[in-house]
Amino acid sequence: MIQESDDVIVKAVARLLVPFIVVYALYVVMHGHYSPGGGFQGGVILAASFVLLGVSHGLEKTRRRMSEKAAMVLSSIGVLIYGGIGALCLILGGNYLDYAKLGKILRVTPAEARSLGILGVEIGVALAVMAVMCTVFFAIFTAEESPEDYRSLE
Amino acid sequence: MKILSIIAGVLMGAALVYGSLDMPKWGDPHSPASTHVSPYYLQHSIEHTATPNVVTSVLADYRGYDTLGETTVVFTAGMACLFLLGKGRKRQGK
Repeated sequence: MIQESDDVIVKAVARLLVPFIVVYALYVVMHGHYSPGGGFQGGVILAASFVLLGVSHGLEKTRRRMSEKAAMVLSSIGVLIYGGIGALCLILGGNYLDYAKLGKILRVTPAEARSLGILGVEIGVALAVMAVMCTVFFAIFTAEESPEDYRSLE
Repeated sequence: MKILSIIAGVLMGAALVYGSLDMPKWGDPHSPASTHVSPYYLQHSIEHTATPNVVTSVLADYRGYDTLGETTVVFTAGMACLFLLGKGRKRQGK
């Protein structure tokens, strides 16, 4: 269990950095079409912001922003977005993950529909990776929170 | 017995090195990997997907099914971590 840091410098710097890390992560996800990046990288950067919050402000305050339950649900939702977009293409009369068929409901050309489909699955991947990294982080750092440990402290 | 295992290891390594001698050079434009589908992806990526980054279009569109599997692997790994390390598991004898 990570306690809140006593150092005011660590806390202030983390508080300043976290918003920029989040914005940069969103940039990496959204700009994957034009530059290196995409769902996996952006998701890990997004998770890094939560890890930084966790090691500087303690797990209690981090849980208020991203609880274990929310991380589990978000990771499932991420995979569901990916699979759901694929199934949507199937319903619209194409092959599985054939994004060109999404143009029927988005009213764009097939090439643009595939571009938007790529963006959709990247967002799903980013959500899943971010939530899984948070889940692993929480799982590792709360594994020692067992009744025996509390008893030995008393 | 130790000598035997060393000989087996050296033989295996030599076989692998011998096998890798026939591999095409790194980035060889005439290798099978560079002459089969790669030129097609590079030339048609923009008109098919309107995505300038060919890596992204191959990863998420042409090979989208593979990436779905990758995402599922990440998800499964996270869930496995949670079940192994997470709270709420019943300890034996408690």
